Parts: sequence; structure tokens; C-alpha cells
Amino acid sequence: MSTEALRAPPDSSHLGHHAAAPPLVTGHGAGGPAPKRIVVGYGFWIFLLSDVIMFSAFFAAYAVLFKNTAGGPTAEQLFDLRNTAAETACLLASTFTCAMASLAVGERNQKWTQLSLLATGVLGVTFITLEIREFASLISRGAGPSRSAFLSSFFTLVGCHGVHVTAGLLWLGTMMAQFYAKGFRRDIRHRFLCFSLFWHALDIIWVGIFSLVYLVGTLPRELLP
Amino acid sequence: MSGEHEFDAGSNVGEDRLPGAESAAEERTLGQEVRGYALGLALAVGLTAASFWVRGTDLVYGPGLALALLVLAVAQMGIHLIFFLHITTAPDNENNILALAFGVLIVCLIVFGSLWVMEHLNHNMVPMQELMQMQR
Amino acid sequence: MFGNLTWHAIPFDQPIPLAAGAFVVLAIFGVLIWVWAKGYIPYLWREWITSVDHKHIGIMYCVLALVMLLRGFIDALMMRSQQALAFHAAGYLPPEHYDQIFSAHGTIMIFFVAMPFVIGLMNFAVPLQLGVRDVAFPTLNSVGFWLTAVGALLVNLSLVVGEFARTGWLPYPPLSELAYSPGVGVDYYLWGIQISGIGTLMTGINLVTTILKMRAPGMSYMRMPVFCWTSLASNLLIVAAFPVLTATLAMLLLDRYLGFHFFTNTAGGNAMMFMNLIWAWGHPEVYILVLPAFGVFSEVVATFSGKPLFGYRSMVIATMAICILSFTVWLHHFFTMGAGADVNAIFGIASMLIAIPTGVKIYNWLFTMYGGRVRFSSPMLWAIGFMVTFVIGGMTGVLLASPPADFVLHNSLFLVAHFHNVIIGGVIFGAFAGYTFWFPKAFGFTLDERLGKAAFWCWFVGFYVTFVPLYVVGLEGMTRRMQHYDRPEWHPWLLVSGLGALIILCGIALQVAQLAISIRSRERRRDLTGDPWDGRSLEWATPSPPPEFNFAVLPNVTHDETYWSVKQSAREQMRLVLPEPHYEAIEMPRNSPVGFVTAFFAAVTGFSLIWHIWWLVVLGLICAYITFVVFAWRDVAEFEIPAEEVARIDRANRQVRADALRELAL
Repeated sequence: MSTEALRAPPDSSHLGHHAAAPPLVTGHGAGGPAPKRIVVGYGFWIFLLSDVIMFSAFFAAYAVLFKNTAGGPTAEQLFDLRNTAAETACLLASTFTCAMASLAVGERNQKWTQLSLLATGVLGVTFITLEIREFASLISRGAGPSRSAFLSSFFTLVGCHGVHVTAGLLWLGTMMAQFYAKGFRRDIRHRFLCFSLFWHALDIIWVGIFSLVYLVGTLPRELLP
Repeated sequence: MSGEHEFDAGSNVGEDRLPGAESAAEERTLGQEVRGYALGLALAVGLTAASFWVRGTDLVYGPGLALALLVLAVAQMGIHLIFFLHITTAPDNENNILALAFGVLIVCLIVFGSLWVMEHLNHNMVPMQELMQMQR
Repeated sequence: MFGNLTWHAIPFDQPIPLAAGAFVVLAIFGVLIWVWAKGYIPYLWREWITSVDHKHIGIMYCVLALVMLLRGFIDALMMRSQQALAFHAAGYLPPEHYDQIFSAHGTIMIFFVAMPFVIGLMNFAVPLQLGVRDVAFPTLNSVGFWLTAVGALLVNLSLVVGEFARTGWLPYPPLSELAYSPGVGVDYYLWGIQISGIGTLMTGINLVTTILKMRAPGMSYMRMPVFCWTSLASNLLIVAAFPVLTATLAMLLLDRYLGFHFFTNTAGGNAMMFMNLIWAWGHPEVYILVLPAFGVFSEVVATFSGKPLFGYRSMVIATMAICILSFTVWLHHFFTMGAGADVNAIFGIASMLIAIPTGVKIYNWLFTMYGGRVRFSSPMLWAIGFMVTFVIGGMTGVLLASPPADFVLHNSLFLVAHFHNVIIGGVIFGAFAGYTFWFPKAFGFTLDERLGKAAFWCWFVGFYVTFVPLYVVGLEGMTRRMQHYDRPEWHPWLLVSGLGALIILCGIALQVAQLAISIRSRERRRDLTGDPWDGRSLEWATPSPPPEFNFAVLPNVTHDETYWSVKQSAREQMRLVLPEPHYEAIEMPRNSPVGFVTAFFAAVTGFSLIWHIWWLVVLGLICAYITFVVFAWRDVAEFEIPAEEVARIDRANRQVRADALRELAL
């Protein structure tokens, strides 16, 4: 390998290495350690994959226990698809507003950052409200999580997603406060990159949930796989 | 601190940053970015609407309905990955795609593996009534 | 006010746990008071507790592992002695107590000895071998360590306050459900493992990112040391498998705390699903443990044979094959649960297939030794001991992989002997090899070789004396976890096994002595060259111990076995030292108490969840959140070491090294 190819990357990881050539393909070793944004983004990507695998364990439990209704109500009898559609709309819209927030951050525009983050938050809170109301309604009808294994796994899977969204909302609030208080400093932008990856991933998981738990799950018995 | 060459969060605007990519030629304007996200949203909304619609009508052959919904779900996940999570074929994205493939493999093993195993276990399991009777 | 916690939680009526607990509490207080009196607290706080340096964190993981080894081994001694005595007799441990001991033994050995040991070694060595300054997320590393330590704390606290689980190291329902285990024991287990599991997941994310995204310039994938490849595979498995453990234990927690019905006998619960999911984690877990050990052996065998590792590419392929295949065999842990012949056959075949890449590795190590000039230093003894022992254990594994054989041997002492064979022969021998190999690098002086070799022989002989009899009684039909028995033909074997445990005890005593004596005589055994074993990879290019920034200038990598090729060309050119590099300022991450403080609140939250002190749970969670926000609010994350300071440190180290090399040359 020529010495030219081995010249060091810009020192965004502050590794004390000399020279200032731009990095070559990162992760293949040619240019040395990747810039901080790539490292942070990749680390969070790996975390997201681990989170998806955790959800898949809950999905597996749900699929296995789906038929164990213990003489109690079934999915077909319980779920209101209009509510699901409303929740889906909220989350999908919030994904878009979050993307808009990323653009605003890229433009260093405080007003649009705060507005789009606020919109994301409001949509997220609406989603959680709709979900809590659904859960409360189910419990009041005697279809709470301790009624049957099916309901236990439903409340856990969908509830776990809801807990993630709630944690995301706390994170969102913290990000809004940090942008407001400290401006668009690099480490705060990195944190926001992680938040937006998280938020989009939650929507991906919701796609799985509304499709499989609500749409497939409420199909009449004969059409279930 | 290297202020000028800093990389933006989640945005391809300005002098961002796929390392290894030529900067000037692949720079995208704000307008292009917004259009990209809007297209992603439109596709996602379309697929969602399709899912609900397919579920409500009998356009799809009954027993294939569950599969159709699964396919639509996977398609929409792909839309999200490409348009919102920026999975591309750029060289620095290779590790992301490999990791994603690994994750998908594990998810499939866990979900389908569990379903297969539990189906067999349940099939061979003495029914609960009988089991309780044996206890007496 | 204090939930279910009362004075009755302290075992005043049980002499053994009471005495043990009192001893431990006094010992801990004694150590703390001594540390405080000597004025070491500021040093410990600054250099260790708040450290985000991968070297220090790696050392702390290993210290945790070694301390927990003592606790887990005491449990083992108690089990072996109970079984040696309990022929037509009650022994000295009542069943409720014996059950807690075997559960604690397994839990501690897997989660708080083996895991921290391999994670500690990976933490310490991987960044040095990759030629970089630290892992990708140094502060996250600190958080991960302290959360693991909290898990260990909670499990050990159960000895003094309350009780431990009686369900074995994996809490199978329905026994672990509230109906059959109403006490706090299972909760101690669950919260301890959940908290440390989060810490482990953080390590997985950290090391995967480090290995894939942070290497010295020119270090392509195929130039990485094999230890880094096995670390990559192990950490990918952590990232993929630990979420399943978290989810499954969460389901059990929901059953116990909120009356859910995942695994209960009523309302549609399915206990078999717990076994299915927990082993979907459990099998990858054992590969998480053994892959880094394989990596250590690759480094050790190459170094002490004076040859490059044979078959680098096939090693890499075998490692990644093991990584993927480990997710396809989990059902072999419950062949007898009734999945039927078809399913059992497929998983049985898969389990046999996974032996193939391991065989490839064994051949590669053997071929590395062949034609080399083998030096039988203690790391190499551990490696050779491993090769013999692990192969035997692997063969009994292939035997168990056959469902018909497993139907006879499942849950017998044959199984127990098998997994101890591979875990001790593989993981523990690998951990001790790594410990002996990298100790000089970490602390700047070598360990006493004679005592090290004596310790090895005690462990090696002791292992066989303990576990070969267990294979025999397993074949004769003895089930695991028996508190007493009445078959006369088992008794002599169990007596021999008890003796074996005492031989291992001698080994451990020798290791303790080795450490104490080596520390006392450390001036005599200083490692001044930084390269006491004539090593081949980059960590040996640094001084012992390395400065906090590891490398003054990141090395440019142009060959495999970078350091070895640099040394060879230096020898050929008859030059002791390379020219001085151009020094620049180095930015390093600041230390932070966030790991320690977060873990403290995690401990508080965990303890209050166990004892149902709900207000304290809420308070603990809020405080943990506040800790995060306070940490996120800091403005300065790094500090700079000016170029002159880097130069000064490096020049001093280079001088020491040059003098030492000159002396050796003379």
C-alpha cells in the first residue's frame, strides 16, 4: 500500500495522528479510525438491531401464545382497527416531522428545529394517549393481561413498544432543551442523530405490530396461518 | 476542534459526509432532501393504506391474506430503512447492511424457529385436562 | 414503608449463611476502612472508579471475575463435599440450602466469573491490538462495568438479606413462578441478571463498533489479530443473544409481579416456551464465553511456538461459522422435552456440525506448534492443557448431541461433567492463559513462573480427578443436583470427585500466592522492554503498562503481524530503536462518575423491586434519569494532552526500552 493511501484522516476523533487528508473508506482499515459521527451512528445502529431482536422474542412469544385465550376473548373480538389506523397515522406523521427536524438541525435553524420536534412530540403523545385508552378499555372489559396467556403477550409486546415510545418522548424533550440551551454543538447533533434513528426504528417496529398483531391477528380463524 | 469539516446529524445537506464520496457532485439541496422524505412518507402511507384496505375487502384470496399483509409490512419496513434510516449501497454503509442482514437472520431463526419448535412440543404434549387428572 | 423487608430477612436461624455473610461483611468493611485509612480513596476514585480507560476497566472486570471465582468455588466445594458425605445420610446441607448453593454456583460462575473474565480480557487487549487509543464509547464502557458489578452485588447480597433462588442457574417455570417460589430468591436472580445483562449488551455494542470502525491505519480485516476476530464474533453474539435473555426474564418477571400468564400452569401459559427462549440465548452464551478463549489460544500458541498462526483465513472462516451456527442448535438442551424425532434429528445434526469449525481450529493450533520452537511457559501450558481437555469435552458433547444418547444422559452428572469439561477446559483455561499472558502488559511486571506452573498442574490434574468420576456416575444413572442418594456404587466415585475439588483448591491457593508474591517482588521482575514474551501483535509495541493514550502516534500497519515484522526488520537492520515520530497533541475522554452513580441507583432500584419497596423504585428510576441528564449536560467531554507532554512520556518510555534492549543484546 502506498504511503499516500495511508495518510491519516482528519482528526475528528482527536487521535493525535498527523496529516489532514480526508478518510478513505471507513471500516476497511485503510484510513484509520472512522470519524466520530460514523462511529456514533454505527454504534447506535447496532443497539437498534439488538432492540429489534428483543422485540422479536416478544413477537415469538405472542405468536406461540396467540391461540391460548383460556376461554377468554380473542383478538378478533377485542381490537378496534380504527384506533389502530389512528395510531399508525400519528406515528407515521411523527416520523416525517422528525425527518424535518433533522433537516432543520442541518440548516442550524433553531425555530424550525424546535417546531418540528414539538410536532413530533405532540404526535407521539397522541399515540401514547390512544394506546393507553385502548389498554384501559381492554382492562375494564375484563380483558387485562392476567386474563390469559394471549392477552399477557399482547400487552407485553404492544406495551413494550409503548414504553420505548415514552422513553423516546423523554429523550425528545431533553433534546429540545439541549438545542435550546446549547445550540447546535457537534456532540448534541450526534445525540440527535441517535434519537432520530431510534424514532424511525420505533415506527418500523410499529409496522410489524399493526400488520401482524392487529391486521393479521383479527382475521377470522380459518384465514390465520 | 475541526469545525469546518464536521458532519451533520442525519442530514445530507451541505458538506455532509459519506466519507469516500466526492463531496461536490453528490451534495444534495434542502429541497431535494425534503422531496426525498416526502416520497418516503407517501410510499409508507400508500403501503399502510393498502394493508388496511386489503384487510377490509376480499380482493386478495382469503388464505393468502396473511401472507399479503406480511409482504406489505416487509415492503414498508424497507421503505423506512431506505428513506428515513438512509441505508444505501455506499461503501461506508457495508457494515450497516451486513449487520442488518445478521439481525434479520437472527430474527427469523428466533421467530420461525420458536414457532416450529413450540408447535411440535405442543402437539406432543398431554392435554392439560388429562395432565391434571394424572396428578390426582 | 420497607415493603416486604423485615429483620427476618437476615438468616439468624441458619448458621452457615449467617457465618459466611458475617465474614464477608466484616471483610468488606475491613478492606474499606484500610483503604480509607491509607488515604487511597482519592486515588481509587480518580484512577479506577471514574476511569473510562479500557485498560483500567478491563482490569476491574478481571478483578471482579477472580473475586467471584472464590465465591463460586466455595459453593462448588460445598456441593462436592455434600455429595461425598450424603450416602444414606443427610449430609450437612439441608435441601432448601443445598438448592440455593447449586443455583448460586452456576449463576455466579457463568454470569460473574466467566463473562467478566472474557469481557475484561477483550476490553484490555482489543484496542491495543488494533492500534487505537480506546474503545468506541469509553464512558459507556464504564457504565457497562458498574452495572455488571451491581448484578454481582445483588446476587451476593441474597446471602445476607433474604435468600437466593432454588431453581438452578436457569429458573425454569413453573417452579420459578410465584406460586411455587413465593420468596425473594428468584427475584434476586432476575433483577441481578437483568441489570448486569444491560451492562453486557453495552459491552457488545462497544466492541463491535470498535473492531469494525476503529483500527489503526492500514489494518484491514485480514490484518487483525485472530483475538480481534474472535472478539468480534463473540460480541456480535452478545448483541444478538442478550436481548432474548432480557425479554425472556422480563416475561418471567411480569408473571411474578403483575400476574401475567406467559409460563404459568393456568390461563393458557406455556412453561415449555421459557425453555425454548432461554436456550435460544443460552447456547450462543456459551460461544460468547469460549470464542474469546479460542482467540487467546491463537495468540498464545503462535507466540510461544515462534511461528505465525497456521491457517489464518481458515481460522477467520471457522470463527464466523461458529458465530452463525451457534444460533441453530439450541434445542439440544431440551431433546427430552418432547419435540419429536424430526425436530430432534435436525437439531442433533446441527449440533454435530458445529464441532467441525472447532476441529479446524484445533488442527490449526497443532500445525502452528509443529515445526516451531515451542516454549513451555505457563500461558503455553494452559493452552496445551486446553487442547487436550477441550477436545475430550467436545467429544462428549458430540455424544450428547445424539438424541437417543441424550435421552439416557440428559440432566445426569454426565451432562454436568461435559459442560464443566468444556467451560473449565475451554473458558477458564483460556482466561488463565490470557491473565498470565497479558499481566505484564497491564501491570509492568511478570508473574512468578514456578508458582504459575504449579497452579496449572493442580488445576489440570484436579479437573480430571473431579470430573472423570462424574462422567462415570452419570453413565451409572445419577441425576444432577441430588442432595442425597443411596446407591452404593456411586459413593466411591463421589469421594474421589470431592478429593479432586481439593486439588483444584490447591491450584487456586497457588494462584493467590503467585499474585501476592509477585506483587511483593515486583521490582525484581519489571518488564522494561514491554515485550516479555517476544510477542507478535501490536500490544507488545507499547510500554508495560502502556501510557493512557496507548500509542503516542497511531501505527501505520503494512503487514499482518505488524509488530513481529517491525521487530524482524529491526533485527535484520541491527537497529534497537526506530526513529522518533512527530508528536502531536492528543485528546482523551474525560473520566466520569456517571457509570458508578448510575449503577448505584440501579442497585437501589433493583433492591427495592426485590423487596417491593415501591416508592424507592420510583425514586431510584428518577435519580437514574437525572444522572443521565446531568451527564448529558456537560460541556467538556475531553481533555488535551499537549504535544510536549506526549513527547516527554514517550521519550522516557523509549529510553527505558532502549536501555533494556541494549542490556539484553549484550
